[in-house]
Amino acid sequence: MKFTEEHEWLREEDGVMVVGITTHAAEQLGDVVFIELPEEGATVSKDDEVVVIESVKAASDILAPVDGEIVEVNSALADNPGAVNDDPQGEAWFFKMSVSDASQMEEFMDEAAYQAFIA
Amino acid sequence: MDDLATTPLYDLHVALGAKMVPFAGYSMPVQYPLGVLKEHLHTRARAGLFDVSHMGQVLLSGPSWDAVALAFERLVPMDVLGLGDGRQRYGLFTNDAGGIEDDLMFARRGEDLFVVVNAACKAADIARMRAGLPGEIAVTELADRALIALQGPGAAAVIEDLDARAAEMRFMDVADLSLCGHAVWASRSGYTGEDGFEISVAADEAETLVRSLLEQRDVAPIGLGARDSLRLEAGLCLYGQDMDAETGPVEAGLAWAIQKVRRPGGARAGGYPGAEVIAEVFERGAARRRVGLRPEGRAPMRDGVPLFEAEEGGAQLGVVTSGGYGPSVGGPVAMGYVAVDQAAPGCRLWGEVRGKRLPVAVVPLPFVPAGFKR
Repeated sequence: MKFTEEHEWLREEDGVMVVGITTHAAEQLGDVVFIELPEEGATVSKDDEVVVIESVKAASDILAPVDGEIVEVNSALADNPGAVNDDPQGEAWFFKMSVSDASQMEEFMDEAAYQAFIA
Repeated sequence: MDDLATTPLYDLHVALGAKMVPFAGYSMPVQYPLGVLKEHLHTRARAGLFDVSHMGQVLLSGPSWDAVALAFERLVPMDVLGLGDGRQRYGLFTNDAGGIEDDLMFARRGEDLFVVVNAACKAADIARMRAGLPGEIAVTELADRALIALQGPGAAAVIEDLDARAAEMRFMDVADLSLCGHAVWASRSGYTGEDGFEISVAADEAETLVRSLLEQRDVAPIGLGARDSLRLEAGLCLYGQDMDAETGPVEAGLAWAIQKVRRPGGARAGGYPGAEVIAEVFERGAARRRVGLRPEGRAPMRDGVPLFEAEEGGAQLGVVTSGGYGPSVGGPVAMGYVAVDQAAPGCRLWGEVRGKRLPVAVVPLPFVPAGFKR
């Protein structure tokens, strides 16, 4: 699993990247009450706002970690946004995307580096 | 952060694991480890304990109750003189333009008037009282007192177990109680829509009292985050957000707080700042009106979201002033101001969120039924 400075995690699965937010990010956001996911099939560029996540406190944007295409979204989250608090690094993934420029993955942190980043 | 004031309960908040944030010049707990959502639901189901010591507590005294009450009526459009001993009322400070300078609670304690005002406005409110009341009325800020609130359906049992006299109190009664050996001024009121008490206690006794209350069954500490969602579901205004110096009592839906005796034609009509302007609004009606808003989808509509008459084009009819997720409602709730011809429950408007117009219905307030002990 790789981590971004935007507190997203990426996990490779069947040739695509599964993307979600970290446990740390979910704790900071507080209780998540609404999630707006991107369209499947959408072509996105790194740092595009692809997900809107609202907690009891505020709205936040989740950015595309790399260039690519959204191939699948976790539509179960729309009815159960609280899953992001319950299992942010597991069940509550946001979307799966293809990666068009693998070199963009190189800057991401491993788990140890991410833990140091948030320490 | 160094410039922030603290309440007498600051150390306790930190010890309880609260996340502290700046609010109205104070470092206040926005949430405890339980989190905003569960704190909200806990308060609706059991009993939530809030530190509201940042609010201003002021005692007005003078030669007699009548002198104090009539003097205070020069600053507020409420019936103060008619307030019975041991009773509390909701009030508003108005300005010459008929706008609202602050909202407040006032209670009669014998010959004195006990006033609780918002933290952000307290310096201005105290200055207003000192300037606007005759010299024979002493205005004393009770800076040596803390204020806590115990709210929720379980609050009464907790307080009644500690002092049986609390069982005699009904909504908006005030009484002196003794809780765990501490002499307190209690009112049966609050800011959540639930039954409950606000409790004024000497600052140096506050932490001991709160620790004792937290040991009682069903009591949990609750932060400002849940306080905001609780009051929003209860349809209660937040000063500075749902009303301000440019908003009048009638458009704010607070005409009920102006008793007949102070309205046009009443025995003590007018005589407060902006009385002529407000009398005219009573006569002609307001152009806009505060309403409850229920977004039809799941997306919260927060303060500042503009409201339109159509999904595309069309005029802007109003704006959201408070909005978010209502944990007890289980969906987004909001309130805001709309033109009066769109203010009837059932009207459908469109709120613009992130460039998209989403449907929202005008609904009656509150969103959850009040649990007051009438």
